[in-house]
Amino acid sequence: MQVNMNINGEAVSEDVEARTLLVHFIRDDVGLTGTHWGCDTSNCGTCVVLIDGEPVKSCTTLAAMASGHDITTVEGLEVDNVLDPVQEGFMQCHGLQCGFCTPGMMLTARALLNNNPNPSEEVIREAISGQICRCTGYSTIVRSIQWAAEHGTPVSVGN
Amino acid sequence: MQVPAPFEYERATSVEQAIALRAKLGDEARFIAGGHSLLPMMKLRLANPEHLIDINDLEELFYIKEEAGEIRIGAMSRHRDLLDSELLYQHFPIFRDAEKLIADPVVRNRGTIGGSLCQADPAEDLSAVCATLGATCVIKSETGERVVDMKEFHVGPYETAVGDAEMLTEIRIPTASNGGSAYEKVERRAGDWAVVSSGASVWMDGDTITAGRVGLAAVGDNTTQLDGVAELLAGKTASEELYTQAGELAAASCSPQTDNRGTEAYKRHLAMELTRRSLRRAVARAQGQEA
Amino acid sequence: MTTTEPAPTEERPIGFGKLLRKEDPRLIRGMGNFVDDIQLKGMLHLAILRSPMAHAKIVSIDKSAAEAMEGVVAVVTGEDLAGHGLAWMPTLSNDVQAVLATDKVRFQHQEVAFVVATDRYIARDALEQIDVEYEWIDPVVDVRTAMNPDVPVIRTDLEGKTDNHVFDWETGDAAATQAVFDNADVVVKQEVIYPRSHPAPMETCGCVADLNRVSGQLNLWSTTQAPHAHRTVYALVAGLPEHKIRVIAPDIGGGFGNKVPIYPGYVCAIVASLLIGKPVKWMEDRTENLVTTGFARDYVMQGEIAATKEGKILAIRTDVLADHGAFNGVAAPVKYPAGFFGVFTGSYDIEAAYCSMKAVYTNKAPGGVAYACSFRITEAVYLVERMVDVLALELDMDSAELRLKNLIKEDQFPYETKTGWVYDSGNYEPALRKAMEMAGYDELRREQAEKRERGELMGIGLSFFTEAVGAGPRKDMDILGLGMADGCELRIHPTGKAVVRLSVKTQGQGHETTFAQIVAEEIGIPPEDIEVVHGDTDNTPFGLGTYGSRSTPVSGAAAALVTRKVRDKAQIIASGMLEVSVADLEWNKGSFSVKGDPSKSVTIQDIAMKAHGAGDLPEGIEGGLEAQICYNPENLTYPFGAYICVVDVDPGTAEVKVRRFIAVDDCGTQINPMIIEGQVHGGLADGVGMALMQMISFDEDGNCLSGSLMEYLIPTALETPDWETGHTVTPSPHHPIGAKGVGESATVGSPPAVVNAVVDALRPYGVKHADMPLTPSRVWEAMQGNHTPPI
Repeated sequence: MQVNMNINGEAVSEDVEARTLLVHFIRDDVGLTGTHWGCDTSNCGTCVVLIDGEPVKSCTTLAAMASGHDITTVEGLEVDNVLDPVQEGFMQCHGLQCGFCTPGMMLTARALLNNNPNPSEEVIREAISGQICRCTGYSTIVRSIQWAAEHGTPVSVGN
Repeated sequence: MQVPAPFEYERATSVEQAIALRAKLGDEARFIAGGHSLLPMMKLRLANPEHLIDINDLEELFYIKEEAGEIRIGAMSRHRDLLDSELLYQHFPIFRDAEKLIADPVVRNRGTIGGSLCQADPAEDLSAVCATLGATCVIKSETGERVVDMKEFHVGPYETAVGDAEMLTEIRIPTASNGGSAYEKVERRAGDWAVVSSGASVWMDGDTITAGRVGLAAVGDNTTQLDGVAELLAGKTASEELYTQAGELAAASCSPQTDNRGTEAYKRHLAMELTRRSLRRAVARAQGQEA
Repeated sequence: MTTTEPAPTEERPIGFGKLLRKEDPRLIRGMGNFVDDIQLKGMLHLAILRSPMAHAKIVSIDKSAAEAMEGVVAVVTGEDLAGHGLAWMPTLSNDVQAVLATDKVRFQHQEVAFVVATDRYIARDALEQIDVEYEWIDPVVDVRTAMNPDVPVIRTDLEGKTDNHVFDWETGDAAATQAVFDNADVVVKQEVIYPRSHPAPMETCGCVADLNRVSGQLNLWSTTQAPHAHRTVYALVAGLPEHKIRVIAPDIGGGFGNKVPIYPGYVCAIVASLLIGKPVKWMEDRTENLVTTGFARDYVMQGEIAATKEGKILAIRTDVLADHGAFNGVAAPVKYPAGFFGVFTGSYDIEAAYCSMKAVYTNKAPGGVAYACSFRITEAVYLVERMVDVLALELDMDSAELRLKNLIKEDQFPYETKTGWVYDSGNYEPALRKAMEMAGYDELRREQAEKRERGELMGIGLSFFTEAVGAGPRKDMDILGLGMADGCELRIHPTGKAVVRLSVKTQGQGHETTFAQIVAEEIGIPPEDIEVVHGDTDNTPFGLGTYGSRSTPVSGAAAALVTRKVRDKAQIIASGMLEVSVADLEWNKGSFSVKGDPSKSVTIQDIAMKAHGAGDLPEGIEGGLEAQICYNPENLTYPFGAYICVVDVDPGTAEVKVRRFIAVDDCGTQINPMIIEGQVHGGLADGVGMALMQMISFDEDGNCLSGSLMEYLIPTALETPDWETGHTVTPSPHHPIGAKGVGESATVGSPPAVVNAVVDALRPYGVKHADMPLTPSRVWEAMQGNHTPPI
């Protein structure tokens, strides 16, 4: 079947099997491999992308279900060679080690900050609680998001 | 990575069209809402529908409103909408209690109340919430609609009253003044299914509970609404002794099983403890002692 | 003759100090290159059919329906592999493991057949079409009964095998220890279980194998922590010539030990590429990762401590029953079948120690050393630190006071333990005192006393650990005959930029940053001018890889020494440039100057150009500026730390909340404090996970009950506190820069702190011990006085 969606501002149209998972569509059909998968069961959040600005687990979403919607992946965070403050924050505060969960974490952080520019630590921890990181123990991820909140500029990504 | 078996996909454009499709395709078809329960089962090949009917475009099912002395919730309302709704919180804080602890924030962006109720997992929370509040469900078919209470709706584990050619479209909850409600849940970790949950709702006249209900999740069949506890509470003065009696009755009324989440004895203990806690909070809320 | 040199700053050090990571710019843009990101022309996809039973005879396999499916290129069974002599492969412990089962299956989800198809979805579909008939054999699931005479023999493939015995092992002096126990005032005993867990890196294991049938060249992109060791093993298994094998470990999404062993899937992909002549990709799903790849722990330990009534620990003894699963796949130096469990005497100065151990086969997945454990030191530290708290309770003594009384003193280092380990350096008491100060220990105890009065449950748990990392001296340590030394190569380019090539491989530890800093510290070239190459056997020197916290102790030493070698040559070239003798030069981190006349100097960049440029060099000096070495460590390094955990337990529901966690680590010289803190944080989360929720469990039929992240629970941001970290610095005397490994310290040290805190909280209930994982249910059972061992 034909699916059409807008990924990071670009129209994408592909003929795929109805059962194609969104994460595979993004990675294998469109070739944006920054989105990862980690668990099959929507428990780890490695595969999070934004659908119409909201974080969604793309390993348990069909590409067909996302047809007609706006998708933002990690590749869409940097705009015109300017990093999103969330990306900058993760670098500044050592919010990543292996970098595998990082795209999903950053997208959830971006969506959070779009809705709440100054979240408390508690709110940040709650927001990322559907996503697992095995390397950082989360404190530096929290600090990274706080850094982004402090250095945030008016955002367009995912909004 | 696990992948589902092949199927045909169709996106519904209206409730009528969705039901007509379902009627035509029969039990080989499933509606897909949020998909976060159905797709994992399909990836494990435990569910192998030949057709999926995507109902995510049915704008007519996204609402939470007050009408005719009821709160009416469209079946496609997402968990996040239930969590955020001030209207719902004002009338039934039990929803926010429960929704804070259902799955995780990202899953809550997609999962729906209709999907949760229709999945009817024994550890699912919203069935107990709705039963505790005396909710009714609107089930539509090509020939009309019927309204069933939660007892009738919830047939058993993974089984509901919704037939192959039907769709759950709305959940209705009667409003009444001087009420209070609360939900308590123990989970091994954030996002885990309940070890045990307990929901309570009460309606008060001064210190007297004129009516009250308690429902449990994850402790066996037919516990989403405990009639014995409702009978016990009716007309009694709220007190710690009463909560303990209710808790003991709740513990005796369920049939938990030992598994990785906990031993039978522990779950029975939780049924008692969480019932006490949810009742205590529900009463405090009814009396305006807790925001 | 000067080159402008950027001034070092705190944020941009030349050498050691906080430095943002060189890895991050690509990873935060989604431009990492992980194994599943690799797409090759004509690439096929491999999926593995696995056994539904834990122990069963394979009666027949019918693959015809699968083979007939459109898109299916091949279906291969164990019998097919046996035809090529590839049905079995060696494990890292000199056992053998089935690549695909031929005779019978020995654990649930064992590899039975594989499908290669044009598409990963079709490969999955085809698995459903393979019909296997099994004949049930009673499984051996309970480790305690595995040696009973009436249980089935699992390893019928081993000639003459009549039981499920793997090995017996002992260390220490049994008689001397018995003598101390006989005369001690106080003896405490406790069974302490470290249940089976799994590292579960976010990226599962997988590979892309591309074997060119014409040239015979195998390119293997693989999730491996040890590319060189894997290359050699593939050469041995598949009979491929080693110079025709190139193993590439691209970006790795976390390893923690899970990516040390060689799994059947890798071999299947290589064989498939060999048979079909096309590139083949295999990636595990999460279930496959959790239920078949390297598990960890699974020790049932009987602990005993003998002490004086004043609290002087005299002797420690333990008897261990070790579950090794169906194949002995432990990745440990050959002479150490129990890894480094021999350090179970911990951080204490005692008179005698003894350990006896029996390892057995069961019908469970193989593995054993695979989760940030520093070769079984997790188990050793957990045992001793739990037992010290059992003793404290018996003596009614504060657990910090008891530890302070028994810690090895500063002037006793190097300290040889009663089991023969020589701790290189340490200064333990200040580390513990610092942790207590950061925690506000006395105030916490006061708060706890008040809360107990009110019926509230608050617990304070300590642990003090010593690790032994950086395997290891080649006289003692090898894996499959490969010595545990590591090479390093450094080249300085004409313009003064550098490339350093490592045998180890980051899985998130930040090697591209810290190794550039080590070179920078030694030669004064800014880290951004130093490229770190790793994870590619064709482009790096041989070495055994990254696990057991060995990168800094072994490879880090190699990097420092190879840089010194280059610097020595640079000094000779500088002497020619400045026309003075070598002895008249002094080094100023980046330049040589004439002693007494700092105006006469040349930078390392000037020297590099000279080394490659025109004109004569000092006599006997070749052009170029590069060197290579292979570093053989003389001893392990012994990092240590003091941890304090504060928990609150809900008396009604038995839920545990970790309120605070204070960690003081000493890993010697710090290369990059930011990265060290990150390593510690990750390990602390592991500790909370293992103590409270992570466990791979089985039912009585050997079915694995933890096959998804729905059931194998890993802590989220809501179960973990904001970590409070500190450090002391006690350099290693034998490491060139004084550094010790730190990658696993916190995973080793934190579980006992959490468990000790929970048991401390439950003191009003008379609880002396409770086994991990301390889920609400298990805590509640302990409060009821019920003993509920997890295995």
